[in-house]
Amino acid sequence: MKKIKSVEEALSNIKSGMTIMVGGFLGVGSPELMIDGIIEKNINNLTFIANDTSFPGVNYGKLVEHKLLKKIYTSHIGTNPETGKQMHSGETEVILTPQGTLAEQIRAAGAGLGGVITPTGLGTVVEEGKQIIEIDNKRFIVEKPLKADVAILRGAKVDKKGNIYYDLSARNFNPIMAMAADLVIVEADEIVEVGEINPNDVMTPHIFVDVIVKGGK
Amino acid sequence: MNIKSIIANRVAKEFNDGNLVNLGIGLPTLVANYVPEDIEVTFQSENGFVGMGSAPEKGKENPNLVNAGAQYVTYKEGAAFFDSSISFAIIRGGHLDFTVLGALQVDEQGNLANWMIPGKMVPGMGGAMDLVTGAKKVIVAMTHTAKGNIKIMKECTLPLTAKNQVDLIVTEMAVLKVTDKGLVLKELGPNVTVEDVIANTEANLIIPENIGRF
Repeated sequence: MKKIKSVEEALSNIKSGMTIMVGGFLGVGSPELMIDGIIEKNINNLTFIANDTSFPGVNYGKLVEHKLLKKIYTSHIGTNPETGKQMHSGETEVILTPQGTLAEQIRAAGAGLGGVITPTGLGTVVEEGKQIIEIDNKRFIVEKPLKADVAILRGAKVDKKGNIYYDLSARNFNPIMAMAADLVIVEADEIVEVGEINPNDVMTPHIFVDVIVKGGK
Repeated sequence: MNIKSIIANRVAKEFNDGNLVNLGIGLPTLVANYVPEDIEVTFQSENGFVGMGSAPEKGKENPNLVNAGAQYVTYKEGAAFFDSSISFAIIRGGHLDFTVLGALQVDEQGNLANWMIPGKMVPGMGGAMDLVTGAKKVIVAMTHTAKGNIKIMKECTLPLTAKNQVDLIVTEMAVLKVTDKGLVLKELGPNVTVEDVIANTEANLIIPENIGRF
């Protein structure tokens, strides 16, 4: 199966109104060309899942400025004032979630689990409106899995089958998002032949990856 | 030493050889500069690694190597990188010896508020709620007041980051230990009196006979 596609072909999978998740942490380890493509094609009304909303003008932070997002699931918006502005005006719905919970919600979706049972957020506004359960006399919040139509990732090295190797702190949310979407697109800094990544060094197995595009690095 | 350095220096004295520590952005980051030379402390960065080092030399920045505040950092020999799920398993799973964070408010029960001011500033909690819930020891490192406004309260008035999780409060004026009975004044800062601390604190303080100095 040929997974390598042009950015244009890869973008044809993303439609207005879809739910997308984007790998990265404050824009580090995030796809660049795919984000610019979404902006150029004005794919809008998106539900967006990512750790943060980056900085103004940086990577997926630009999706906020272009008002392409209707709902955002994230842990931190402090670095992009535009997100806060749109949240306060009611233009964009923002669901703030503790970072570890967000990671596990995504992982749960990919792992076929019914939810996450976590102590994080107890006694805070995070527990409001959520199911609380007691296990061995300890209280936990039940958080639901988070799934997307499309996940857009960034890898340092991707072989032609789709095995991904990430570089240093650019790994972050990418491997868990690779498991939690119907369609997974990875933007590769470098596309290499199958076998060039030692099987022991594969961080995301190729079976999770549907589309590979060549990044601009 | 300036106020921030005094606080960071005192916090670093809490660590033991072999500890794994997460430092928050801002003042807590300075703590790394004061770890005693005879102990080895490993720093975690919640974006996905342990073994974080200091800032790189100019020209040696790596865009894929940043801390949780997106500042360029380095890694030390023996460092390990992982995804966000493992990073928060470390944090939430009780594998982290200390988390050091700033606060907007902290109170007698060890409640912490540091993630939002309703109507004014809503940056989000990031990893703070997981860190405060999961770390074995939570140290709040902050200036004692904010431009004269009291931060150590009887009860926090801002939305909480976590309930009953703070263990120690370190400011330029005092070291306060959170106990079941309330806040105990353990140590006084340079040139600070018990009266100074009381005047700048809303919470009731338990004043033992012997108070240390730092």
